[in-house]
Amino acid sequence: MAYSEKVVDHYSAPRNVGSFMKNDDAVGTGLVGAPECGDVMKLQIKVENDQIVDAKFKTFGCGSAIASSSLATEWVKGKTLDEAMTIRNTEIVEELSLPPVKIHCSVLAEDAIKAAIADYKSRSAASAD
Amino acid sequence: MELPIYLDYNATTPTDPRVVEAMLPYFTEIYGNAASRNHSFGWNAEKAVSSARDMLGSLIGTSGKEIVFTSGATESNNIAILGVAEFHRDKGRHIISSPIEHKAVIDPYHYLEQQGYDVTFLDVNQHGCISLEQLEQAIRPDTILVSLMGGNNEIGTVNPLEEIGRITRKHGVLFHTDATQAYGKIPLDVERMNIDLLSMSAHKMYGPKGIGALYVRRKKPRVRLSPIVFGGGHERGMRSGTLNVTGIVGFGKAAELCAEEMASEAERLIGLRQRLYEKLTVELDYVFLNGHPTDRLPNNLNLSFGYVEGESLIMGIGDIAVSSGSACTSASLEPSYVLRSLGVGDDLAHSSIRFGFGRFTTVEEIDYTAEQVSSAVKRLREMSPLYEMVLEGIDLSTVQWASH
Repeated sequence: MAYSEKVVDHYSAPRNVGSFMKNDDAVGTGLVGAPECGDVMKLQIKVENDQIVDAKFKTFGCGSAIASSSLATEWVKGKTLDEAMTIRNTEIVEELSLPPVKIHCSVLAEDAIKAAIADYKSRSAASAD
Repeated sequence: MELPIYLDYNATTPTDPRVVEAMLPYFTEIYGNAASRNHSFGWNAEKAVSSARDMLGSLIGTSGKEIVFTSGATESNNIAILGVAEFHRDKGRHIISSPIEHKAVIDPYHYLEQQGYDVTFLDVNQHGCISLEQLEQAIRPDTILVSLMGGNNEIGTVNPLEEIGRITRKHGVLFHTDATQAYGKIPLDVERMNIDLLSMSAHKMYGPKGIGALYVRRKKPRVRLSPIVFGGGHERGMRSGTLNVTGIVGFGKAAELCAEEMASEAERLIGLRQRLYEKLTVELDYVFLNGHPTDRLPNNLNLSFGYVEGESLIMGIGDIAVSSGSACTSASLEPSYVLRSLGVGDDLAHSSIRFGFGRFTTVEEIDYTAEQVSSAVKRLREMSPLYEMVLEGIDLSTVQWASH
């Protein structure tokens, strides 16, 4: 299968690889997928005043999965939590020109964003109590 | 050293230039139909076919009379399994095989099961080995065929053909082996191993694509089977159709070269295999060998690189042609059924890479491959959440994964 230029670019030079401290109250962590399915994404966001100021990811998966999560970290940075919630997998598909068999990679990236936001919200709600 | 490097010899091999040279006159000069009995064009073609037949037979300890030409090993397997099943349908409808056979063996079983046949798939252990005791116990009065491959195309594990043949002969059951990967690579002898049917393919052994053969035993016992292709009664009625003389000549030449070089080449390939394995395991942790450590094809090394997905690894070693058991490299989105049958977890199946070496593989290429794979695995592990978790001491099996 031939990869699109953008997938190759993200795969070769992934943006924002790394990890934040999970127990930092400003950090939300989304861990989605399963090793048995061949892809696991960990996407983390750092939030200040409802705005995502930084993001990091680590992904076990094919080139398209790596590219989808790399792109997701780029896109969420600078967005408010509400804005980040509106990112759709179809936009990732379009941006990376993913073929039909790789659409699940984009779905996973959308799920990872949502999971990270949900984690941040539940943690900040808990710490507010 | 030229790039890219081809390390997918279990998928196919380049045609040896000596084979191509042998074939060339049969396109334009000796182009007769081997079945034409009344002119020299036909006689000369038939002569070439006959000599190739003998050469192919001699590699497995038989004469050319028992060789039936086909379009390839897929057809050979189909003729052997469907042909025996159809011919012996009144005698019995039970076949014994293994779950890690090639799809060209497995898929005919699915067809036969729809027709009321019963197939027993023996268990395989973590190395892909069957149990001879279980095989013997599985034989029933209505068992008509045992089909177990010579060497496995994915994991390289070699079956104990001689011991299997002893059991099948003792019980009077026909023994077919799909020797696509083994033929020309390791010694085979249909007499010593009591093999009744044996599938082979030219393009896995430096011959051309589109030509294969089936060994069909003529006596003690005489194997009878129903044809699946009709029209002219060529090849003792088992496979009609004008012979692919050019391909057959190439196949014969390829067999001749394999016969000459088999022992020294196997030794050389085992050396290359060991070299790559050692280099990778020195550089990397969490590298797992798939298949049997020693009872394996000389030219196959199948490894799982823990916490790295196979397709992403292949993408990272773009100059090296290998294959993976990862679902992402197959059309089905399922990881390798062979690795699953061995009890290799789906996570490690997704992380598997098959390296296949051959006649034109050099030490330099192996060293380059080791370097490229090591650095790609290290890079991908730096971005692997699983590797990070393992380093943190988390047992991945205890994690509640959000499956999709």
